[in-house]
Amino acid sequence: MLVRIARVSIAIATIVVSGPICAAERYDFGLPATPAQIAGWNIDVSPDGAGLPAGHGDVKQGEAIYAAKCASCHGAHGEGKPMPRLVGGIGTLHDKKPEKTVGSYWPYATTLFDYVRRSMPLNAPQSLTPDEVYGVSAYVLFLNGIVAQDTTLNAETLVKIKMPNRDGFVSAYPTPGAKP
Amino acid sequence: MSPRTPESTDPTAPEPQDGDGRRFTRRSLFGASAGAAAAAIVSRTALAQEGDNLPPSVPEWQLEPGVETLSQPYGRPSKFEANVVRRYRHGSPEPASRLSSFSLTPLQDLHGIITPNGLHYERHHGGVPTIDPSEHRLMVHGLVNRPLIFTMDDLTRFPSVSRVHFLECSGNTQNWGAPKPELTAQDTHGLLSCCEWTGVSLATVLAEAGVKPEAKWMLAEGADAAAMTRSIPIEKALDDALLAYAQNGERLRPEQGYPLRLLLPGYEGNTNVKWLRRLKLGAEPFQTREETSKYTMLMPDGVARQFNFVMEAKSVITFPSGGQRLGAPGFHEISGIAWSGAGKVVRVEVTTDGGASWPDATLQEPITPKCLTRFRAPWNWDGGPATLASRVTDETGYVQPTREALLKVRDVRSYYHYNAIQNWSVAASGEVTNAG
Repeated sequence: MLVRIARVSIAIATIVVSGPICAAERYDFGLPATPAQIAGWNIDVSPDGAGLPAGHGDVKQGEAIYAAKCASCHGAHGEGKPMPRLVGGIGTLHDKKPEKTVGSYWPYATTLFDYVRRSMPLNAPQSLTPDEVYGVSAYVLFLNGIVAQDTTLNAETLVKIKMPNRDGFVSAYPTPGAKP
Repeated sequence: MSPRTPESTDPTAPEPQDGDGRRFTRRSLFGASAGAAAAAIVSRTALAQEGDNLPPSVPEWQLEPGVETLSQPYGRPSKFEANVVRRYRHGSPEPASRLSSFSLTPLQDLHGIITPNGLHYERHHGGVPTIDPSEHRLMVHGLVNRPLIFTMDDLTRFPSVSRVHFLECSGNTQNWGAPKPELTAQDTHGLLSCCEWTGVSLATVLAEAGVKPEAKWMLAEGADAAAMTRSIPIEKALDDALLAYAQNGERLRPEQGYPLRLLLPGYEGNTNVKWLRRLKLGAEPFQTREETSKYTMLMPDGVARQFNFVMEAKSVITFPSGGQRLGAPGFHEISGIAWSGAGKVVRVEVTTDGGASWPDATLQEPITPKCLTRFRAPWNWDGGPATLASRVTDETGYVQPTREALLKVRDVRSYYHYNAIQNWSVAASGEVTNAG
């Protein structure tokens, strides 16, 4: 009798171990992401400044970096050609032919920092130091008349910049987009 | 090798008319050699005109063995289909950089609903990376209980699912202005493809990490040179989103995100982040470049709409369509594709009289949500000018708008999400042109 009970118990245990698992259970695949691993990839910057690194850069430093690494695609003064124009167009968004640039259209300065850091320059992304990204961001904002020529950007000052078109966006989510 | 003709054959007999402008005749395929050899001497015993492979001649490809098995370990289309390829838009200038550019699917040459992998449209922002899958990782962190890193082997161990879904770039179809007659369906609608995608439900993977209740948005980031990012609502992430590693039966193509991409059924193409390396849960949208300066719709009042995720219902006739030519009056089967990011296609109507009447088209099964649906409608062309168009209704009751109705709400400044009815003009010559 005891033997029979033991056999039944073993059979049940086997079913639990090798049978289908409930969808609510975890599979325990993957490994914990360490703080160091996360730090290496966690490059996004949010509008509240979360993710902005230590460092700083001013307009003058940015001008030199821009001339060396950006001007060949975006023009000596951000006028564009062959790649998108970065400067001008402020106040044209109601026009028949609006000019959408960093200055006229982009709602957040943090997006400029984030994008330059992750994607630019096209031929060497993620090659700029935080200081260089602060500097280039300061220079592009200066060209747009958004910051003064003596501006130094860092995590504290960049997040305080209010872009001209900051209030120019509405979210279509979760409400469906424009119809028809 | 030349074809062989029976002794009694008259090699000058005319070949039957095809009467169907869609297909090349055999003779036209061999037109160059046929023409060059028009005066070739015909032997009483064997040879016809070079290139004449038509009955009663025995075609040349029957008179010797073909190529050997495994001559192509990965097969390719017939050389006679060499024109069925991706390309840029007719009349558009070469892009400033091919690293950040797009290519178009040749919709007018495809059948059914599946896009062959080599013809899936492309849109890249920093070129196509070459990623070693053994060194690819997916990091899940942010507002989760357990930040995790997955290998590709981890991800393919999860329970898998296969579903057929379209992908459409929200910049597809730029008919805002005066229609350019020379545009083909590839030009107007080719930022659209449809594949069977296989992967793991994103909800399954997120459950491993444990999403915190305050997480409302998810940043998805690519491992390409653009490290492209988009913010995705958590509702979508936990609904029908997939982490896809295969398309149409094989691993993803590099152009479609090898070895891993996000697949958000019905959402605009850009959100389906390719070469996926990182998912970060957050409380607010991250306001990335792609969801602020791009993929936002500037409305006539100067205000821009962002997070326009769902691709609205849309359809297009692919035969007959721009650049094609009807061979002869009489019966032609109109055929096209319809889709909706909001669910299933329930009805497609086709007009052949410029919108005076809209009889229903036949819908090809299977009809599944957020997937292309092939429609067909019989048509007897009287040989006169005609304007053809299709109009789809989806399961939400949404009806594809006319161009005029769309332009009343927004215009070229909004750029994205053009989904108006597409008209094709058929001339008496049979020539088909874009009528916007």
